[in-house]
Amino acid sequence: MTTEPESGSTKSALSPVPTEFVASAVEAPVSAPSPIREFLSQRGSGRLADRSFAAVMLLCSLSIFLIVLFIFFILISRSKLSLLAFGWKFFTRQAWDPVSGDFGALPFIYGTLATSFLALLIAVPLALGVAVFLTELCPRSLRAPISFLTELLAAIPSVVYGLWAVFVLVPIMRDSLGPFLYKTLGWTGFFEGSNFGVGLLTASIILAIMILPVISSLTRDIMTSVPNSQREGVLALGATRWEMIRTGVLRNSRIGIVGAVMLGLGRALGETMAVTMVIGNHADISKSLFAPGYTLASVIANEFSEATGDLYLSALIEIGLALFLVTIVVNAIARLMVWAVTRGAPARAA
Amino acid sequence: MGVGIQVENLNAWYGTTHTLQDINLHIPANHATALIGPSGCGKSTFVRCLNRMHETNPIARATGVIKMGELDIYKDASPVEIRRRVGMVFQRPNPFPTMSIYDNVASGLKLNGFRNRRILDETVERSLKQAALWEEVKDDLKKKSGASLSGGQQQRMCIARALAVDPEVLLMDEPASALDPVSTSKIEDLIFQLKSQYTIVIVTHNMQQAARVAENTGFFLNGKMVEFDSTHKIFTNPKDKRTEDYITGRFG
Amino acid sequence: MSTLPLSPNPLRTPAKPSVINTLRRQAMNHVITGLSILSTVVVIAPLVAILVYLIYKGASSLNLAFFTHIPAPVGEQGGGMANSIVGSGIILFLASLMGIPIGISAGVYLAEFGRGSFLGNAIRFTADVLNGVPSIVMGISIYSLIVMQQKHFSALAGGIALAIMMVPTITRTTEEMLATVPHAIREAALGLGVPKWRTVLSVSLRTASPGIITGCMLAFARVAGETAPLLFTAFGNQFWSFKLNEPIAALPLQIYVYAISPYDEWHRLAWAGSLVLIVMIMVAVTLVRIFANRGVLKGAS
Repeated sequence: MTTEPESGSTKSALSPVPTEFVASAVEAPVSAPSPIREFLSQRGSGRLADRSFAAVMLLCSLSIFLIVLFIFFILISRSKLSLLAFGWKFFTRQAWDPVSGDFGALPFIYGTLATSFLALLIAVPLALGVAVFLTELCPRSLRAPISFLTELLAAIPSVVYGLWAVFVLVPIMRDSLGPFLYKTLGWTGFFEGSNFGVGLLTASIILAIMILPVISSLTRDIMTSVPNSQREGVLALGATRWEMIRTGVLRNSRIGIVGAVMLGLGRALGETMAVTMVIGNHADISKSLFAPGYTLASVIANEFSEATGDLYLSALIEIGLALFLVTIVVNAIARLMVWAVTRGAPARAA
Repeated sequence: MGVGIQVENLNAWYGTTHTLQDINLHIPANHATALIGPSGCGKSTFVRCLNRMHETNPIARATGVIKMGELDIYKDASPVEIRRRVGMVFQRPNPFPTMSIYDNVASGLKLNGFRNRRILDETVERSLKQAALWEEVKDDLKKKSGASLSGGQQQRMCIARALAVDPEVLLMDEPASALDPVSTSKIEDLIFQLKSQYTIVIVTHNMQQAARVAENTGFFLNGKMVEFDSTHKIFTNPKDKRTEDYITGRFG
Repeated sequence: MSTLPLSPNPLRTPAKPSVINTLRRQAMNHVITGLSILSTVVVIAPLVAILVYLIYKGASSLNLAFFTHIPAPVGEQGGGMANSIVGSGIILFLASLMGIPIGISAGVYLAEFGRGSFLGNAIRFTADVLNGVPSIVMGISIYSLIVMQQKHFSALAGGIALAIMMVPTITRTTEEMLATVPHAIREAALGLGVPKWRTVLSVSLRTASPGIITGCMLAFARVAGETAPLLFTAFGNQFWSFKLNEPIAALPLQIYVYAISPYDEWHRLAWAGSLVLIVMIMVAVTLVRIFANRGVLKGAS
């Protein structure tokens, strides 16, 4: 009985799918093939649809490659004039003279590096403090609203930060914080010259405010990925909470935290609008943090649309190219560091 | 109505692990066939080869011939076509969480483009009745999410979902292993009733379950099929020493 | 066994910890706790300051004309940013139209096809790096490609620049959200003979949709406030414009122009514009929160 139906179908069915259904229906004369079976057997294999779907998805994801490549090539081709005219010296020369066509990017590099590192100097300790507070100390009920607030901080557009900086931060710098710094730290030479409120320091402060949420939320993610057993292990040895945080949490996540800081650096290097609005836009290298400066991004924002002459435009695009390459390198290193820590991390504790 | 399955020289690999070695067997139509064996013996891989789910894993591959009736499933049809004819019930209930009970049961038809309202309604009702779930859910078919049912109900819904496409073969990969004893016995009753209409292959680690529901039983060990015979014979008078050791519990 | 030879070790802690040491450790603990609370306050303070000042300045400058009029010429009172709001809407619509489908598709590839493959990892990494490319660079690239070719600024160029900025964010959230969809659910659909494309669309994406919507709205909120990429693409416009191949006004651009101008009347409008922009973004972010929370509940049930 068990093998019977098989032999019955052998004769009629020399294969393709529909025939087989007929054959199996014949074995059971009770019912004709149900409408459902009939419908499903007529549906195609879906191979073509599947292949084209996969191809379209692949194409879209390859477009990410293409975008990066295209940015790279278009920037190189449009800055050829300046690349040929100045070569590597472009990055070590101080001149910026559109009238005589003499260009060098050093003042902008200086301004970018100075403001970014100063911003990190201000933001990193604060961001770490916030992250430690949120993951280790904060009462549960406060955690959600505070992280919501820091996320909001990240959602405020750059130009609004700039607006606020122009009308609130600049007067504060000019009238109270600036004179105070001059009085207390003037001897270092970093706070000299006339203080108009705009300049490197103001730009750094607004940058610090802007990159804080980035660093603190990433650091928080990294610290929560440290397994609780690490914390308990240290606490069980009789450590205080701070010792637990230091040896159990911070030590385990330091590579990730460095990565988060690098990501913050990447943001600071490329930040444009807010910096342009308060840095003073003056291509000079000055030790004093009160002095107006210029960054790579802000010189593009300010002069690009009024750049007359091909060499001028080409020099500005070369600055863009430099900014692109530097931020790519910084971001790549940062991502690798963050990945190294969060990948393979056990299921999120806390 | 079910069809028989003929398996010849089936070999399967996961990466470099040879998980199935030269399996030969005939699964009769409209009967329940149980596959038993210790974990990792290849019985799950075997049923996953029967509806070509095995190859959804990129590192997996299989060779050999599997015939459903006269249809060579690795040669004559695409995986999608095979799976429409072979229903599968998984170890853990896996309802679609975003769909109502109705949509869950009808999903095999709806997602394949079936639009006839009347037949859909009939099919959902018939399948749920076959799965002995109709009375429990008929009042909120479209109101409740499939994920809101209890574990046993979810599994019966998954059986109904598999039955709704009117398959010829029903594969069950340890369908009761995640369920409580009451739900388990309901599922076993179901299998008992369904096997008159479908060819059922059930993987189980529970020997009593195999003895209760299946006419034939195969014993797998280390990727090989050690013995295949009527359930009665396997459990009372096995030919192979290893089978005897396993069913008498003398086996790690 | 090994403890015996160790016991005379000088590093061994004394039976009674010294009081001074304990006090020092306790004090350190409190100092750090205090510092971290202090830094949280210091971080929250500017946000509150910015928001309060913005609401105070912006609300007092808002009026109906702001939403219905175009900018008044220099020296005249009144005027509004109606054209900028509409312009922003047009640019963002264009950007979403291009960026969201590409971003989601790329995320689908990473999660459903390219998992673990070299290509998948390379694309994921490139997306993360693209995410960090400064927006001003995006602006000059699109300028070089489109504006230089067409010889005029255009809404379309602005939309493309913003679309490119949306893609990496959407791709990564889509991928992460799809990764949370249990594999068993995909198997259920495949086991029913549903083709893979249909499984991805109707099962994986549908199950992950709350999270993906969240990602899209976050990307939207992020580019909604972008100014730098629009400076040399959309360029801005003092008048109404609905044509895609002409310069068009945008809210962030207009805020920038007004903020750096020397006129008080324009400063007033800049504050009002900022408030409108922030409220729009906040509404988006809050909606995201609601969606995200609902998504979590759904997944848990």
